[in-house]
Amino acid sequence: MSAALLSIRDLTTSFRVDGQWRDVVRHVSFDVRAGETLAIVGESGSGKSVTALSIMGLLPQANSRTTGEIRFDGRDLLSLPEEEMRQLRGNRLAMIFQEPMTSLNPVLTIGFQIAEALIYHRGLDRSAAAAETLRILERVRMPAAASRLDDYPHRLSGGMRQRVMIAMSLACRPRLLIADEPTTALDVTIQAEILELIKTLQREEEMAVAFITHDMGVVAEIADRVVVMLQGEKVEEGATPALFKNPQAPYTRALLAAVPRLGDMAGRSEPEPFVLIDVLSGAETMPAKRQRRIDAAGAPLLEVAGLSTRFDVRSGVFSRVSARVHAVENISFALHAGETLALVGESGCGKSTTGRSILRLVEPLAGSIRFEGHDVRALDREGLRRARQRMQMIFQDPYASLNPRKTVGGAIAEPIIVHGLAGRAEAAERVGALLKRVGLSPDMAGRFPHEFSGGQRQRLCIARALALAPKLIVADEAVSALDVSIKAQIINLMMELQDELGLAFLFISHDIAVVERISHRVAVMYLGEIVEIGPRAAIIDHPAHPYTRRLMAAVPVPDPARRRPARALSTSDIPSPVRSADFVPPLRRWRDLGGGHHVMEE
Amino acid sequence: MTAFLVRRCGFALVTLFAVLTLVFVLVRIVPGDPAQLILGDQASRETIEALRQRLGLDKSLFEQYSVFIAGALRGDWGTSLVTGRPVIGEVLNVLPWTIELTLLSLAIGIVIGVPLGVAAAVRRNRFVDYAARIASLLGLSFPPFVSALLLLLGFAIALRWFPVISGKNATFYEWYQSITLPALNLGLITAAYITRVTRSAMLEVLQEDYVRTARAKGVPWRAVIWRHGLRNALIPVITIVGLYLGILIGNSVLTEIVFSRPGLGKLIVGALNQRDYTMLQGMMVIYTLVVVIVNLLTDLAYGIADPRVKLR
Amino acid sequence: MTDIAAPAKPRSPVRYLLMATLRAFNANKTSWVGLVVFVLVVMLALLAPFLSPHDPLEQNLIARLKGPGDTYWLGTDNFGRDILSRLLYGARISLIIGLASTALALVIGSLIGMLAGWRGGRVDTLIMQVMDVLLAFPSLILGLIIVAMLGPSMINIIVAIALTSIPPFARIARAPTIAMKEREFVEACRSLGYSDARILGLHILPNILPEILVMGSLWLANAIRTEASLAFIGLGVKPPAATWGGMIREGFENILDSSWLVLAPGAAILIVVFALNLLGDGLRDAIDPKLKGEA
Repeated sequence: MSAALLSIRDLTTSFRVDGQWRDVVRHVSFDVRAGETLAIVGESGSGKSVTALSIMGLLPQANSRTTGEIRFDGRDLLSLPEEEMRQLRGNRLAMIFQEPMTSLNPVLTIGFQIAEALIYHRGLDRSAAAAETLRILERVRMPAAASRLDDYPHRLSGGMRQRVMIAMSLACRPRLLIADEPTTALDVTIQAEILELIKTLQREEEMAVAFITHDMGVVAEIADRVVVMLQGEKVEEGATPALFKNPQAPYTRALLAAVPRLGDMAGRSEPEPFVLIDVLSGAETMPAKRQRRIDAAGAPLLEVAGLSTRFDVRSGVFSRVSARVHAVENISFALHAGETLALVGESGCGKSTTGRSILRLVEPLAGSIRFEGHDVRALDREGLRRARQRMQMIFQDPYASLNPRKTVGGAIAEPIIVHGLAGRAEAAERVGALLKRVGLSPDMAGRFPHEFSGGQRQRLCIARALALAPKLIVADEAVSALDVSIKAQIINLMMELQDELGLAFLFISHDIAVVERISHRVAVMYLGEIVEIGPRAAIIDHPAHPYTRRLMAAVPVPDPARRRPARALSTSDIPSPVRSADFVPPLRRWRDLGGGHHVMEE
Repeated sequence: MTAFLVRRCGFALVTLFAVLTLVFVLVRIVPGDPAQLILGDQASRETIEALRQRLGLDKSLFEQYSVFIAGALRGDWGTSLVTGRPVIGEVLNVLPWTIELTLLSLAIGIVIGVPLGVAAAVRRNRFVDYAARIASLLGLSFPPFVSALLLLLGFAIALRWFPVISGKNATFYEWYQSITLPALNLGLITAAYITRVTRSAMLEVLQEDYVRTARAKGVPWRAVIWRHGLRNALIPVITIVGLYLGILIGNSVLTEIVFSRPGLGKLIVGALNQRDYTMLQGMMVIYTLVVVIVNLLTDLAYGIADPRVKLR
Repeated sequence: MTDIAAPAKPRSPVRYLLMATLRAFNANKTSWVGLVVFVLVVMLALLAPFLSPHDPLEQNLIARLKGPGDTYWLGTDNFGRDILSRLLYGARISLIIGLASTALALVIGSLIGMLAGWRGGRVDTLIMQVMDVLLAFPSLILGLIIVAMLGPSMINIIVAIALTSIPPFARIARAPTIAMKEREFVEACRSLGYSDARILGLHILPNILPEILVMGSLWLANAIRTEASLAFIGLGVKPPAATWGGMIREGFENILDSSWLVLAPGAAILIVVFALNLLGDGLRDAIDPKLKGEA
């Protein structure tokens, strides 16, 4: 074992909020050794990002305070003057951030943004820096690197921007790279490439990496050692294989239990709720057994055939239609009462637009949508209003989907009153029952959304959707923004409700491990089309379409024993569904693999 | 970028036509007969009829409109009802005075406003910030003619550093004597405006992720502020300064009146008082042209400052 | 992780809004100063008949151009009229014109802006192009021409100032409407089958109202300044009625030896406008979500 490159002792960081000092990180100690990868894991509010910013000295000085000791390469960073700290940053000590879309300066060329570090730390002149920049861009496998130097960030995709961020941080060959959720905002196939890139560069450069993440799959994939944080404190530390095999702290155990693992459900046909473990006591709650079976022989609740939704892209002097986004292209599927169909795919594949098209929140261009026997596309305003009682939607961001100025009781009662289902007094009663049903207390009805936590807000959204007693719920990334343990609770709640009320879910998600847990059937979308659809087990265990296979292979597996062998570095971009105005989609042929498993032929 | 500029030029033309039409309508919705209004109650029927013919009021509305638009575009804006000279000549005579005043005050405003706004944002809730905020709010609260009167009372009447009435420009000294107080008056108000806009744009930019990235790279704070921060903050500042020019033109009218300085301001007030309709029409046309040109320049500056514009 | 939020007592929405307003005021003490001064001016204007030491229109040709003194606290003008009384009555005209034109512009402009933002597409483009044209044109000049054409009555001045202030309000209302439209809760409202009118009136309006009202206080300041400017140019409410701008216009002729004639009404305008700006500026800082979380 080599000596510690970074050594943190008793780190406490506080922020001043409304004149009060509040500790966000409390007495945290750990080491990062030269050349190793340390993962710092935790959910939102665990203080993992604040720890990173404390190391970098990037917290606002006016209202933050850091005590303890941070020794880097023999020097105490906390007592270093700002100017010396600046000379370390981006030079010996580098950092990449979560949001590649906002972390690059929009008005400076990417060439200059990378060269800047070289100019300030190496004293290179502009031309020497440009030459070096090109070399670095090639090292992060930026395609056509030379032509990218003078580009502005808005011309690059998220994955490419993250490559630029990495190039920027590696420009001066730092000893330690702090990566704060660098792949969280990226699609899963791009994430796999970026992780592979970071691993390769780490070997090539012999640098240490502190990798901050909430994703146990990524931890298993990349880390030598793990530090687990909870509410500002370190709860466990250990070598990755040992920690996964034999977690000590109740929180670590709860976290690992709540992580959906791709392949967990092999050999089981029905969806299954999670076992929940209490974070503090470690007590286990076994979920109730599911009772209901789907009546697959009966008429489907929802039948979609040949659905297409396109958006015009206008440009030029006269705003002519120059291109179209083929967001949804000729898709067909059916959904039965009590069934969950998952729509999976990466960003821009049209899965959200599909959900919105079914409720006609966006107007589809062609195709038919039959819901409970009615043609949804033929409904007039009033008919659509009535149909929307029976199909509801839950969104990704539970805070944004509640009106901040309405009490939650009012928000849940409003649809009941608007649709004339009950008077005010009875509506209030029903609100109480609904709140109870989703695991909240009826006396919370008078509160405002900001007084609830993220998981509670999503429960509220579910209660509001249930207010109209719908048969179909379109859940658009409904659990994606939630922390792992909360996510498991909400998924369990959704399954319970399905069991009890016979709800059908159209579960839109990019998270294949969650999808495996919750769905009966899966449809994989790529560039607006469904490329493969079938029973969950068939799709996950025997993917037939090349894209489905690529997708499955990219999902990080939260098991260090099953770490994938190093792969060749690749660089891809998710292709765009924007087509020229005269584009005619090709006719597709389907192959029947039996048991309702269909795959698109290439 | 080209498509963007062509579109903006098209928009400028549409604006021009829209405002010309508005001017046409405005002049004609006056209750009563303009000729009667101009000549007063004692005028005889014949003189009124003659004036109606001279103004083209006897023709159909459509004919009047086409004559007006064609004339406006050709630069034939009729003759002043008061002096009898061509309107365009009168306007062009005083236009340089107004342009000189507004450009100089804009320059003063930028030179003071941008650095002050940046300083206030960077040192938020410190002394510089409070001082800049109060000073700029005060500057914005002054009606321009009140501040002009104060300058006049202080520097021209009490201290006698400048003449009370000046309109000569022959030597540099005369020019300096005549322009300092008006330019200072408009310039300080402009500076107040730009300070506020720059401060709030800068405050927003300083919270952006890319500013943190720049710091994480080890870029010195000074360069973070000016290169990473201000470059981005300038984008909203340009937009708002473009909109402000309309206010600046209005303020220049009041300033010119107080300092008895030749310019569009004195011309338009004279035309208003003497009910010189053709002159008013002509002045509206020149104001529209100025606004349209300023808007185009703003768009151009915007396109240069923000590389993302090329996408549109 | 246990899913616990801070416990809170149920509160009524009215109290919630009240608390939010109080918090906003508290965050910026200068807003309080602005509010107090403005309320004081409103009281003075309301009580003008009781407070005025003299009749504002009564001419006393023996006491022309008297400096500030015992009988005439702020002196007299060219016709021997009491400046203080004229100031008090002038406040009424300023406030009526300012409040009426701002209210008119606020209501019409916000409706236009919300409609444009909500409908989007071509309707939005068309409306906003028109607004941009009006916005680009110097509003003082436009106001001058309108008043000159229609004649300088109080109603016409109100209409002229309101017309020139509609575009800014349309812009102010449009941007947050679009932002709200993209928020998921509005989409949730649509999926719950609410009508457009319900969504706009009950869900979007309460969320953007604070922003509009804050701009209202800033534009009230602007309207009062514009009214004074019009009167200064000679297009205010007709003499002999007392207007602050008109008093400066009349006093301007005697500025060389009677500076109080312009200083007193000038200070009056400045105080009111500055108070309103302080109020609006402080409130805007307090409600601006972009600057939150940064003490």
